[in-house]
Amino acid sequence: MSREPIIRFDRVSKRFGDFTVLDNLDFQVQPNEKVTIIGPSGSGKSTVLRVLMTLEPINEGVVYVGGDPLWHEYRRNNELSPARGAHLRRMRERLGMVFQQFNLFPHMTVRRNLTEAPRRVLGLSRAEADERAHELLELVNLGNQADKYPGQLSGGQQQRVGVARALMMRPRIMLFDEPTSALDPELVGEVLKVIRQLADTHDLTMLMVTHEMHFARQISDRVCFFDQGRILEQGPPEEILSSPKEARTREFLHAVLNPDE
Amino acid sequence: MLFGYAWDTSGFWPFVISIMPILLIGLWVTLKATVIGFAIALVLGLLLAALKAAPTRLIAWPARAITEFIRDTPLLIQLFFLFYVLPDFGLTLPAFMTGALALGLQYSAYTSEVYRAGLEAVPRGQREAARALSMAPGRTFTHIILPQAIPRIIPALGNYLVSIMKDVPVLSVVTVLEMLNVARIIGDRTFNYLVPLTIVGILYLLLTLIAAWGIRWLDTHLPSHGVALK
Amino acid sequence: MDWQDYLAPLSQGAWVTIELTVYSTLLGALLSFVFGIGRDAHTRLLRWLSIGYIEIFRGTSLLVQLFWLYFALPVIGQAIGVNLQLAPVTAGVLALSLNIGAYGAEVVRGALKSVPRSQHEAAVALNFTPRQRLWRIDLPQAIPEMMPPFGNLAVQNLKDTALVSLISLGDLAFRAEQIRNFTQDSTTIYTMVLLMYFGMALVLTALMKLLEHRVGRWRTEN
Repeated sequence: MSREPIIRFDRVSKRFGDFTVLDNLDFQVQPNEKVTIIGPSGSGKSTVLRVLMTLEPINEGVVYVGGDPLWHEYRRNNELSPARGAHLRRMRERLGMVFQQFNLFPHMTVRRNLTEAPRRVLGLSRAEADERAHELLELVNLGNQADKYPGQLSGGQQQRVGVARALMMRPRIMLFDEPTSALDPELVGEVLKVIRQLADTHDLTMLMVTHEMHFARQISDRVCFFDQGRILEQGPPEEILSSPKEARTREFLHAVLNPDE
Repeated sequence: MLFGYAWDTSGFWPFVISIMPILLIGLWVTLKATVIGFAIALVLGLLLAALKAAPTRLIAWPARAITEFIRDTPLLIQLFFLFYVLPDFGLTLPAFMTGALALGLQYSAYTSEVYRAGLEAVPRGQREAARALSMAPGRTFTHIILPQAIPRIIPALGNYLVSIMKDVPVLSVVTVLEMLNVARIIGDRTFNYLVPLTIVGILYLLLTLIAAWGIRWLDTHLPSHGVALK
Repeated sequence: MDWQDYLAPLSQGAWVTIELTVYSTLLGALLSFVFGIGRDAHTRLLRWLSIGYIEIFRGTSLLVQLFWLYFALPVIGQAIGVNLQLAPVTAGVLALSLNIGAYGAEVVRGALKSVPRSQHEAAVALNFTPRQRLWRIDLPQAIPEMMPPFGNLAVQNLKDTALVSLISLGDLAFRAEQIRNFTQDSTTIYTMVLLMYFGMALVLTALMKLLEHRVGRWRTEN
């Protein structure tokens, strides 16, 4: 892994009041790498994604995306200063996000959920946007649902729309924030299948927070265990999920895999 | 000259100072009308709410229609109605009392809804739990339902108290000398409407700010789990 | 004279009442959006202007506002040498819309606040500009939320139009008072007038319900 990382957290700290969510975090992701973040709640795993999507500002450190600072921009003398809106907007083009609660726009049909941003933000024509939406809805097996409203779909279908909507913007990095946590158990499979398919067929960097350990094992190049705002342990999935070195990781995996105990 | 106070039009501040006592007398009338009107609204509203909750539709339906009718027609017309029509039926009230009655009538439609909504907001399970404990219906109401409804009802009623205060100037049409009417009389006589009307506006702002502060205080200090009645 | 003779003049007055209601409700709705959105704007000046407007017009009485515009404003005009004597209809529509607009602004603001934060985040993730977020994501979801309170405000506004009769505008309340002065037939006249206001309020409520259905169609489809 000698290539330039597409995501790099350089000693990043993030606090909510007295609570430190990210604690001097160093973290890198290579282009096209599929990384899964696991960890107990409050460990800062979702915050990593939210910082990347510019939903949460950071307190210290620098985040680089594609080599450029995310929350900063270079001014005179190559000094880093806080980014302005225009810089954030440019940087966001590289990222797409799938939310735990789908966050579809309830007042728009599925098609408009997909086409609205490409048309208004990227300036695509209606025909181009519709064409792209059609392809992506086929990809997530929802080709015949374009004219429905989100409220008329099942949770699994809504989340697949969520995936397609993020892909419409042609991001290089896809962030998945617990994409199946809000779903009934029988609907989890269809969403994971779509994400797996996506990982196989697209050149995408994928960063995912999930509790689906089996899925993490299948899809990831690397699993990172977060604890108290830092990476406690990371490595290939077989290694982390089967024979973790740290006691905290073992405890966590034991609790997740044996929820009834 | 009004209420024995003469105005001094020799300058801005002398004028302001000389009409202040007159306006404050008007303010006192405004506050009295507000309180009496509110008291009437509380009682009439309770009556309407009880009728609307009656088990027989023969009573509940007309009560609902009356509430709707009162709420959908202007205070001004209701006031004229009471003022000119009641004497035809042999009931002659002083203008001030007619005004307070009109305010109370208009706002009884609103307070009755406040009572209803407050009582309905108490979860059904509370009534069922009381029945499971074989509590008498009357006791259930006074000891279980009402104490939990009160924290919801009181702040809403407070808002209507403020609304009533802002509607008191309507009573000027039946010659009640409330604050705005007094200001207008001063304007009519001195040809300076700007100063008295602006002072009335400022006094109203102060009153509503104080009231808003009081309602917020009530809202945060009333225990949300309920007020136990002795 | 009996009640049928009152119908023609009262209908004339009712028509003026309807016109006043329509104009001031529309203008009031415009003010509601401008200041309701401005209330939480990023620009401090806009925010303060909105707070000032909302507090002043909600904090004082409509009749005070009407009299101020009609009687006090010309005094200012005299002082600065401009004729600010408004026609009764102008003062009436202005006072009614400014007053109802202040209440409406709070409705707009509350409805915008009720749009879930997650919608905002989805819009940021899709790189919408703040303006696009407002017009395409927040407002379309907030407007159905505003409709029931807007319906109440519209009826309130209809009732409030009666007050403009006090600056001699020939609305329904004014005509009623005129005829009563002439005939002393208070019971008949005021009963008729109450019923006419009630009828107009029912029609207005029905219209607002219709509008509510139209703007919230996506909600019933869900």
